[in-house]
Amino acid sequence: MSMFLGSNLRKSWTLHIGVIILLFALQFILPAYHHGNLARIMVLACYAMGYNILFGYTGLLSLGHALFFAAGMYGMSLTVQHLGWSAGPALLAGLAAGFAVALAIGLLALRTAGVAFMIVTLMFAQAGYLAALYFGEYTRGDEGFVIQQSFRQLAGVNLADPTNRYFAALALFAICVVVSLRVVQAGFGRVLVAIRENEERTRMLGYDIHRHKLAAVVLSGTMSAAAGAAYGLLFGYAGATFASVQYSIFPLLWVLLGGAGTILGPFVGTLFMFYLIDLSSELTTAYMLIAGFALVMLTLFAPQGLVGELRRRALRWLP
Amino acid sequence: MELGPYLILGLLEGLVTAAVLSLMALGLSLVFGVMRVVNVAHGEFFMVGAVLAWIIANAVDSHPAVNFLAALLLAPPATALLAAIADRLVLKRVAYDPERTIVATIGLLYIIQQVTLMTYGPDARPVEAPFNHRLSIPFVEWTESGMALYWPWGLGTTSYKLAVIGAAVLLLGAIWLLMTRTRIGLVMRATQLDSEMARAFAVPVDRVYAAVFGLGAGLAALAGVLIVPIQQAHYLMGHDPLLLSFIVVIIGGLGSLPGTVVAALLIGISDGMISVFFTPTLAKIIATLGVAFVLIFRPQGLFGRKGL
Repeated sequence: MSMFLGSNLRKSWTLHIGVIILLFALQFILPAYHHGNLARIMVLACYAMGYNILFGYTGLLSLGHALFFAAGMYGMSLTVQHLGWSAGPALLAGLAAGFAVALAIGLLALRTAGVAFMIVTLMFAQAGYLAALYFGEYTRGDEGFVIQQSFRQLAGVNLADPTNRYFAALALFAICVVVSLRVVQAGFGRVLVAIRENEERTRMLGYDIHRHKLAAVVLSGTMSAAAGAAYGLLFGYAGATFASVQYSIFPLLWVLLGGAGTILGPFVGTLFMFYLIDLSSELTTAYMLIAGFALVMLTLFAPQGLVGELRRRALRWLP
Repeated sequence: MELGPYLILGLLEGLVTAAVLSLMALGLSLVFGVMRVVNVAHGEFFMVGAVLAWIIANAVDSHPAVNFLAALLLAPPATALLAAIADRLVLKRVAYDPERTIVATIGLLYIIQQVTLMTYGPDARPVEAPFNHRLSIPFVEWTESGMALYWPWGLGTTSYKLAVIGAAVLLLGAIWLLMTRTRIGLVMRATQLDSEMARAFAVPVDRVYAAVFGLGAGLAALAGVLIVPIQQAHYLMGHDPLLLSFIVVIIGGLGSLPGTVVAALLIGISDGMISVFFTPTLAKIIATLGVAFVLIFRPQGLFGRKGL
């Protein structure tokens, strides 16, 4: 049995490292347009992976993750814009902001469950979005602000350059994949899955449910904040749109499409939806129609998502 | 103006908001109460009501009162039918699972909103009110010769706004009678209490669900038709009312009809009052945080007895 598990472990590491190497190689082949898109997709996939830890593995459906994404983005960009911090400390400020917000929201929202948890997270995120509008003097509200190229330097590397930007996005993506894999393979991740499957039984086995859920919210929120901070830094823009309800719905959509509770699902879902919206926005301005149809069809016919279906049908060992 | 007239103005505007809000929140609350699902697309039915009112009023193209009456009679049933179809096609198939229903209704929200954008377009369009007399309101002031009435500049309302308040009161009464005094209401309440048992007593639960979902959407559409002479029809107009009706329903206690009405009055009037003194954004921040904290610390609502 342990040998069997060991071989699955090896297979899954081989697969995920292989995907990262493939993405590395694609950088030299892709035309400029898709090259830029893929950098964006990798950062957004980190957001989705953060969301997946809470939704896919722990079974907690949040409708307010934009709050964490925006906390990271504003933690980074406001310190750059108004305090003149350099990119390194500003990124850490974004992470710290995400961590603090996630801890506070976790402590409050985890007092509720199910539908109430969804509405509470939705309301907190809405309050966050409105706060970003209210403090428009600093955030410039919906219009947002551009982060000057001169600030977008990390350890002497110019992140505004497309190639560097791609590698930075890939580095973040690789970190998130490895962290997610480690979490899922560790005892902590197994307890999260146990909570998702049967909370009462897990409690009876002696696990501290509340502490595990709180840790999941904090990890998920901090990963989302990392994606938000990186997105602002790499693409040089921060705006309140990223705090709006729509950006709380997106990660849910990506994760559902790719497969909740799978490591690569969030990336596959983000990639798929990004190009679906990209293609359809050439045809119509009502591109969110595609997202709406996708959500309805997914809940009806493929609640496990693309990678989830793949796991169910063929690759049982996929983490 | 002095403080007094400002307060009266805030109160009047707040009552109009409360009237529209109570109809809409009642729809949301009814759907949750009977079906135990949260309909995130509820705001879009409000928007569809308003947009259909514009389309119908333009198609009839007669006297404003005739146009409006046609819209009032046709738009809510049409919206209710749309909702009942959505219930059959989508919600029934996810077996009313609470979480999957939320995801599915988020999908419906975008579908309805974006289809409206593609057909009706991005413009905000008004419907003319059936009647619209300007009514000035006097206020008292103390002069050297004692108490005297005067008409402060800007303090006033319109006959249409008063009619909206009156219509909401009538409709709420009608819904209350429907729920408590008729066979339809009895069947709905039986389904709400125990759908399995209701089914055993030959209540067609599936049809009740479709009807309740339609009725809920119809109430939202009715609110949309009533508001469209005051506020123009626009494809994104469902967003704020959705949030406000969530707030109302949660504070009033999900599924509790009297609680919903009291909470709508509370939220509507305080919204009107707060907007007089603070910016609307700050008012909304306070309200959304208020809802979150009510749900965390008093999940049964301020008035309700049942929790989520």
